[in-house]
Amino acid sequence: METEQLATPLSASKSSSTSNPADTGASGINLSSAKSIPVANPVHVPGFHTLFRTELTLAVRRRSEIVNPLLFFVTVLAMMPLGIGPEPEMLARMAAGLIWVMALLATLLSQESLFRGDYEDGSLEQLALQAQPLYFPVLAKVLVHWMVTGLPLAVLSPLLGMMLNLDAAGYWPLMVSLALGTASLSLIGAVGAALTVALRRPGLLLALIIMPLYVPVLIFGTGTVQAALDGYSYGPQLAILGAILTAAAALAPLAAAGAIRISLEN
Amino acid sequence: MASESREYPGGCCPAGQSLIARDLSCERDGRLLFADLNFTLAPGTALQVEGANGAGKSTLIRTLIGSASDFRGEICWGEQAYPRALTAMRASLLYIGHNAGVRRGLTPLENLAWYGATHGDAMAALEQVGLYGFEDLLCQQLSAGQNRRVALARLYLPGAQPLWILDEPLAALDVAGVASLEAQMNRHLEQGGSLLLTSHQPVGIAPLAKVNLADFQPQQSDLEVAYGD
Repeated sequence: METEQLATPLSASKSSSTSNPADTGASGINLSSAKSIPVANPVHVPGFHTLFRTELTLAVRRRSEIVNPLLFFVTVLAMMPLGIGPEPEMLARMAAGLIWVMALLATLLSQESLFRGDYEDGSLEQLALQAQPLYFPVLAKVLVHWMVTGLPLAVLSPLLGMMLNLDAAGYWPLMVSLALGTASLSLIGAVGAALTVALRRPGLLLALIIMPLYVPVLIFGTGTVQAALDGYSYGPQLAILGAILTAAAALAPLAAAGAIRISLEN
Repeated sequence: MASESREYPGGCCPAGQSLIARDLSCERDGRLLFADLNFTLAPGTALQVEGANGAGKSTLIRTLIGSASDFRGEICWGEQAYPRALTAMRASLLYIGHNAGVRRGLTPLENLAWYGATHGDAMAALEQVGLYGFEDLLCQQLSAGQNRRVALARLYLPGAQPLWILDEPLAALDVAGVASLEAQMNRHLEQGGSLLLTSHQPVGIAPLAKVNLADFQPQQSDLEVAYGD
């Protein structure tokens, strides 16, 4: 619905503001026939709804990209008891940290392809040519990225907690902190992905750029669960995670949009 | 300095939005590609940019659309100069670059819808580029030529933008596709649109001005200017 609204009236008003007043006389003949090309045409600007729906369609069609990080996450966690040893006490103490670190790595793994396909087929360039700020396409992409990576991890996390003998008091904080935290991770990672999109093999560089920025999220994410397990209120930690998310949602797409423009220059 | 000024023959445009380059020099990776390039692209006219591989055709195009900002001289859209005029220019721009901007995970129909086409218009455009019956296949299942046609279908949409900048539009097209595209370009010019394209093949467009970038190779004195500061 938003799309239809954006497609006609808004762009029509835009075209009248951008067109040179002197043109109207010159193009008067053209405008009279229905099929001719007006001088300053209404430009189609996809609305956020269209951007989001397209990204979601693309994500669903590339199912492996959704399933692989998730499988990686679960497989590695299932190996932890084998490597560390099956003592329930020790596993319980490490569970929150292990799950958080794996969530971080799974997000990082899936981040590389965030802008790559669009960069290679030229649609990123087409997006950058549009009148609307790149902020919205980037936000739509990150939102879909989080929905297919971070959100399933958060939903799945109590099950994994159970596997690692996490105390039941930690389930809910783990879930909420992961949901909030992975959204921030997706947003922050988008900046790195945008910076390295023009490179042929960005893998390790991307990790080196983003990992330090992930640290605050990791600290307060595990802090939330630890506070709950120790019987304290975990509200403050969640609030900080929420604050990080808000700041990231406001700033990271801007930074990513700038980075995309720099990447497109070469 | 041998600054050979080349005015476009039909460049006597009254007040329409023309794309004008004055004394334009572009460099890429520290190498001066061409210098003192002048042209005016008025409504209803076409300009073909020629040059050997690596002569800077794509760089020129990317400079004109505002993707590369590393240039000297002046580029104007109508009466305004870049970078200020960029927003207005892009509002009139239909650009198909080397990478066509066709999303491989979408169908041709979805790709055109992305550019604002209604279902009926998109179907008509796809029929004209010979992709009728392929509209619901994913673009990754189509051949390179067919993907090129999906991108070019944008040129057949009603209400296409008046300024077309096309990088090698005839590449990967068969004979019939080239003929159809030339017809569409002629129609566009008759309707007062303007067209800038690069091509290594001859293009069958009625009034076609040509700029060969080899004629604007930097002179020794230009190089001294470029590297002197």
